[in-house]
Amino acid sequence: MTVAIDRATGKRRGDRAPRPGLGQRLKHGYHKHWYAYAMIAPVIVVLGVLVLYPLAYGFYLTLTDANSLNTARTIGVNEIEATYKFIGLDNYADILFGETAYDRFWSHFIWTIVWTVACVALHYTIGLGLALLLNQKLRGRTFYRLILVLPWAVPTFVTVFGWRFMLADGGLINSMLETLHLPTPLWLEDTFWQRFAAIMVNTWCGVPFMMVSLLGGLQSIDSSLYEAAEMDGANAWQRFRFVTLPGLRSVSSTVVLLGIIWTFNQFAIIFLLFGDTAPDAQILVTWAYYLGFGQQPRDFAQSAAYGILLLAILIVFTSFYRRWLNRNEQQLAI
Amino acid sequence: MSTSTVETSAAVTEPGTAGPRKSKGRRGLATALASHGLLSVASLIALFPIAWLVYLSLGPDKDDYLHPGRIWSKMTFDNYAFVLQNTNFFDWLKSSLIVSLGTTVIGVLIAATTGYAVSRMRFPGYRKFMWVLLVTQMFPIAVLIVPMYQILSELQLIDTYFGLILVYCSTAVPYCAWLLKGYFDTIPFEIDEAGRVDGLTPFGTFARLILPLAKPGLAVAAFYSFITAFGEVAFATTFLLDDQKYTLAVGLQSFVSEHDAQRNLMAATAVLIAIPVSAFFYLVQKNLVTGLTAGGTKG
Repeated sequence: MTVAIDRATGKRRGDRAPRPGLGQRLKHGYHKHWYAYAMIAPVIVVLGVLVLYPLAYGFYLTLTDANSLNTARTIGVNEIEATYKFIGLDNYADILFGETAYDRFWSHFIWTIVWTVACVALHYTIGLGLALLLNQKLRGRTFYRLILVLPWAVPTFVTVFGWRFMLADGGLINSMLETLHLPTPLWLEDTFWQRFAAIMVNTWCGVPFMMVSLLGGLQSIDSSLYEAAEMDGANAWQRFRFVTLPGLRSVSSTVVLLGIIWTFNQFAIIFLLFGDTAPDAQILVTWAYYLGFGQQPRDFAQSAAYGILLLAILIVFTSFYRRWLNRNEQQLAI
Repeated sequence: MSTSTVETSAAVTEPGTAGPRKSKGRRGLATALASHGLLSVASLIALFPIAWLVYLSLGPDKDDYLHPGRIWSKMTFDNYAFVLQNTNFFDWLKSSLIVSLGTTVIGVLIAATTGYAVSRMRFPGYRKFMWVLLVTQMFPIAVLIVPMYQILSELQLIDTYFGLILVYCSTAVPYCAWLLKGYFDTIPFEIDEAGRVDGLTPFGTFARLILPLAKPGLAVAAFYSFITAFGEVAFATTFLLDDQKYTLAVGLQSFVSEHDAQRNLMAATAVLIAIPVSAFFYLVQKNLVTGLTAGGTKG
């Protein structure tokens, strides 16, 4: 609310700002937006050089049959010229409709969607549950919070190895299951359990962010709203449904979008948990990496094509998400 | 109180009849107990994998993780001594710091003015620019890794810190700009107005008035860039070849990627990395949370 009002004054200021002197007034009139462009110029340059150019180059590579055997490279003192050739959209056709397209693309695609939905749903519900618990007047609240943030505080590449020790065949988790006379799955070898383990580890890593963000959102809800609801005779569930959830809307829509993007792109957890040992548990991102850098010869063209496809999926998704938010008159918070 | 909840506000705001109040109080106790129970379980789950890593790091043998019971009687700090003396740990630490700090400095410096411009000025192309910033943040690594690899090898920047910093800036810069915009939005526009009335240019207003006020926001952006670069795995694994130039994220993998997996040393290294990073995290976490949710809670 306040932001909208401020923006209005900001606009008005832009129109009538020229007070100090005629020269500057003229200059300001001519170059009304000169400052803005000058200020964003560094980022434009950086994005052009570091993002746009590589992106265009990558797209060009997807139209070729480039791999590590025919790209330009240096072996010792010999420089070998690139010999790959232009093949048009063949890579995309092959990935999407080629002979083994299901095994190479669609199975990973489905698993990626399942992975993203499952992880974000778990992140959000567990995060919201913990945030609600922590938002009470409770002894030791700060202490709980400090511990619960821990999975976020420690770098992922460290904690994943902790999980790997626990999940290893004969590791802690299976030893415990054995003492309880429960089946001991091969967490790091069997496809189903690999996927299960990946979702479990990613949930563990991702909940703290959701919890902290939602806790911030909860604390910004005016408590008088709860009192008013109470007066009207709303029970706990109704207060949650009609006060808490609407109050969290803008934070929720933002963290869910971020969560979806981050989970969809999550590389480290699957890569570090399984390495090259789990072809069926690879999501599209790690699979694209495997094609480009995990095998010999490295298939640069196909790997880049996966990258472009992934980006396209994300852009389409985000556009729809934003349109959906706008229709519901919600906003992204960040 | 802004922190009061469903339960507490119920207890506070209902001075009604004695009957329902009594039952509410008992229910309050029950909920408190249930809350403590749930939070304890959650804390245990959050803490355990890390505690386990610490415990395993004390076992001298590389297969001790399969027989955790044996560690108890022969705990030792030998792994730590070995890692610190006989591995490239300090080289890795140096690489990580160079790359992460480089990314942080460049990212925040370049993004600051942009964050301000998109927070205060509505120029033609504004919406498209914001959209580009958002989209760039969600680039999957798979999009840039192949072309970046090709470009950097043509420029002979593979296996250099500078090459890696450049790659990290491709996400750090738009992310910082986005984050800083959110923070600048929370600084009252009247301050700009006052500066302009006093004859400052937009640059002057930004540098003299807004930047000093935005220090917490800058700190959050810096911290995020640092943490992201510090924990990045894919690019670092692919673009760093010399094991003395590895970052910690790559170095840690090298304990198991060899045929002989030295899991005890790996656990010790992991703990050595985790302690300073999480200590640092707790120091700044207050600002972190405010910075992250600033846009959301004040919007």
